[in-house]
Amino acid sequence: MNPPILEIRHLDLQLGGFRLADFNLEVAGGECVALMGPSGCGKTTLLETICGLHRPAAGTIHLAGRDITHLPPGTRGIGLVPQDIALFPSLTVAEQLAFGPKLHRWPPGETRERVLSLAKALDLTSLLGRGLHGLSGGEARRVALGRALALRPRLLCLDEALSGLDETLHGEILAVIRDAIRREGVTALHVTHSSAEAAAIADRVVRMQARVPDAGERDLTANPPNGRWRHRSSGPPPGPEVGRC
Amino acid sequence: MPSSPPAPSHPWRTRPELPFLLFLAAVLLGYLGLLVALVAANILTVSPAQALEVLRNPDIIHSIRLTFFTCTATAALSVLIATPIGYLLSRFRFPGRMLIDTLLDIPILLPPLVIGLSLLILFNRITPSSCCLVLGGTLALATLVGWLAVLPRSAPPAPAILTTLGLVSLTLLATAWFTRHSTASLETLAGDRFGLPMTFQPLGIVLAQLPVAAAFAIRTLRTTFDQISPRYEAVALTLGCNRGQAFTRVVLPLAGRGVLAAGTLAWARALGEFGPVLVFAGATRGRTEVLATSVFLEINIGNLPGAAAISLMMILLAVAVLLLVRLFAGNPPPSGQ
Repeated sequence: MNPPILEIRHLDLQLGGFRLADFNLEVAGGECVALMGPSGCGKTTLLETICGLHRPAAGTIHLAGRDITHLPPGTRGIGLVPQDIALFPSLTVAEQLAFGPKLHRWPPGETRERVLSLAKALDLTSLLGRGLHGLSGGEARRVALGRALALRPRLLCLDEALSGLDETLHGEILAVIRDAIRREGVTALHVTHSSAEAAAIADRVVRMQARVPDAGERDLTANPPNGRWRHRSSGPPPGPEVGRC
Repeated sequence: MPSSPPAPSHPWRTRPELPFLLFLAAVLLGYLGLLVALVAANILTVSPAQALEVLRNPDIIHSIRLTFFTCTATAALSVLIATPIGYLLSRFRFPGRMLIDTLLDIPILLPPLVIGLSLLILFNRITPSSCCLVLGGTLALATLVGWLAVLPRSAPPAPAILTTLGLVSLTLLATAWFTRHSTASLETLAGDRFGLPMTFQPLGIVLAQLPVAAAFAIRTLRTTFDQISPRYEAVALTLGCNRGQAFTRVVLPLAGRGVLAAGTLAWARALGEFGPVLVFAGATRGRTEVLATSVFLEINIGNLPGAAAISLMMILLAVAVLLLVRLFAGNPPPSGQ
């Protein structure tokens, strides 16, 4: 097994009434880990914290040996595909793919080359000049994936990126994501509710679980979004072991 | 298995629903009737010849021009003020947010004359030093309370906001100290030092229209930003944007329709502003007369058809503006994919 590229140690996060306590996770280089758990247990919040969108109260996050706990999101080397895709409506497909490289002041030639190679790999070449109107759900997801991969991130975070797709399209995009992860050699964290999807794409499943309520404490599992949760992820994975993608 | 009864092709025609629906329709028609009657009253009071005569009156032509100029300036200023405030209130949680939110609504609730009177007193009875002292003191107090509330939790981005507030309050207090011997009023300062006299001057009209117009623009833009998913900014941040770039490159283009709607609404509010304009800028013919005050002046000299003709013009403008707002605000900005 490759040495860990992502190391999360004793992560504490408090957002309003939500709490993530003493969370630990190691992900090996090139590994694809599926994060699963009940709704409201903090999968998306964890992903966003890794991306730098929330500041943890305690703990550290290391990516490729570098402490990124307090780095701004854009300097962490992490690509994000959020749940609702969030493609920028005023940009064409090519502009979406070039958004990150242009911000990082890549030379124009290199940016163009990267956009073309991504478009070819994700079958977007014929759509490069198109705006977002008229893109199908599958095409939109491929664009979002390309946008997240454009800067050659060390880690790719996928937050239920396949939700809302019909069965045929779901399988097709799953294959595209799997191929892209393998081709780019990127480590991936994939949040999903589907065991089948996790089995198809991930090397390992990490199940995030609700904290068992203390004695005398209200059972918060009945009302998860407002409760306090503790997550368990270290040690042997409690979920089913799944094969490599 | 018993088959369910067929659904009626027009559910509203079923007998049990009819009285309730008739009641709703009656209320709607009654109120619409009142509005139509108000417009019709103006139309019946003025003949086309009288309307043309009013439109040829040089004073009214000046009033129309000044109305367009002041309303446009007020709308532009309102959008400039409302865009950052609306975004701040929509995206950030910080101590005192609810209080600030309430304060921003005050111009909508205040009697219009109070705004005019307050402006008059502020510009003519208060020295800049006192102004800075009160503003700086209030901000310093707010900053102190904010820090005390935030320090135990150190929740970002409150410290950044509080640091800015603290610096502004210190600047204001320092200004108050250095200008403490000056007895000149704000009006004297604005007129003599900066060449921008306000009281009973055309520029004063913009200032009188601004509080209410900006309050409406802030409401509109805050709603617009609330409807835009924060995930757009999240993605932009991971791609290398800082907060400012994420706002200007991603959020602002998405909020374009909302900005236009806020501007149009502010323009419409400024068009109808009368009380503050009358008290602070006056209603001098050919100088500080806008359409709202023209109606007042025409009634004062007993020219009812003239007042009705100007009223009709304002009604047409208001309808046009409302249609534009509906057009801009009709399609909310995308909240996700």
